[in-house]
Amino acid sequence: MAHTTEEVIAGLAELINEETGIAPDQVSVEKSFTEDLDIDSISMMTIVVNAEEKFDVKIPDDEVKNLTTVGEAVEFITKAQA
Amino acid sequence: MVSNDDIAGPIDSSDEWIRQRTGIIERRRSSAAEQAIDLAVRASTEAIEKAGIAPGQIGAVIVATISNSVQTPSLAALLADRVGATPAAAYDISAACAGYTYGIAQADALIRSGTAEYVLVVGAEKLSDFAKPTDRSISFLLGDGAGAAVVGPSDTIGIGPTLWGSDGSKWDSVGMDRPLKEAFDDPEGEFPTLRQDGQVVFRWAVWEMAKVATEALEKSGVTAEELTAFVPHQANMRIIDEFAKQLGLPESVLIARDIATTGNTSAASIPLAMHRLVEEHPEASGGLALQIGFGAGLVYGAQVVTLP
Repeated sequence: MAHTTEEVIAGLAELINEETGIAPDQVSVEKSFTEDLDIDSISMMTIVVNAEEKFDVKIPDDEVKNLTTVGEAVEFITKAQA
Repeated sequence: MVSNDDIAGPIDSSDEWIRQRTGIIERRRSSAAEQAIDLAVRASTEAIEKAGIAPGQIGAVIVATISNSVQTPSLAALLADRVGATPAAAYDISAACAGYTYGIAQADALIRSGTAEYVLVVGAEKLSDFAKPTDRSISFLLGDGAGAAVVGPSDTIGIGPTLWGSDGSKWDSVGMDRPLKEAFDDPEGEFPTLRQDGQVVFRWAVWEMAKVATEALEKSGVTAEELTAFVPHQANMRIIDEFAKQLGLPESVLIARDIATTGNTSAASIPLAMHRLVEEHPEASGGLALQIGFGAGLVYGAQVVTLP
């Protein structure tokens, strides 16, 4: 079943928290993974792989580089599961 | 010994940044005068002595390396001569960080088929020659080193079936940054050095290699509970940690984490890590270890072996 935008944001926040310890309320659509949340490239990939499983979508390697903000990731996941 | 502080400057980094991203505290790098062959001779001499055989009994010398100082002749032929194994068959393997496991697979097959009685398998790298001080993708991970094993006939199985393979669709995700000829034709340009797309390699090295490792255990008829040790290629501590997590290994399994003080030594990393593990845990000797190499190609090889 497709997840709503709010569910994807909350789910991503949970995955980010598991990987980095960042509080879920710090994760919002306008935040940049690297600049604002200080997530390094390896943690980013771990979050991506876990997000693929959680939301049952495929996020190709080339696409990961385009996902600079939480909002972009949420948009990609929401579209990919549609 | 080269510390993180020694190399942090040109990549605008710090000891903390390198430790956090790689788990590496220091790495060994050779002097300008010392080549991969010199490292290989030292490791091989020790392995031959421990095996208790005469060098003349070696029928083949296989060297896994990506850092021989010349494209030809092979490092293996020179090594065979230096250790007194001439006229053993001698050749190099270009399978990057999986090279040592490829060499073990070939040694196993050569001995089973009766082509050789003893085979010297060596991983030897002087990667510092192919590291660019300003590169933030891989150079700061790299170290120099060599590890060697003598494989011989046995009544009991010491090397399980090899699971190996490749994925050339990711050919450009890790390797040299330019062809040799291009550099030769451009004397003002830079010598080719190693670089990688860390994210692509990380995903493949953990989640794809976890599948390979699981399959290698199944192929060997060995359960994770029966393992004494897990010896993955020492690419990055973060890869080792996530890899072990994905495999769900029992706490009783020793995990090789040699990378903290040796860095990534490509083909030399598995034998170096195994050497240290057995030295630090002598009780592990005779137990089963899952070793898995993975790297540029992309290529991979895994097998369950009995620890020396």
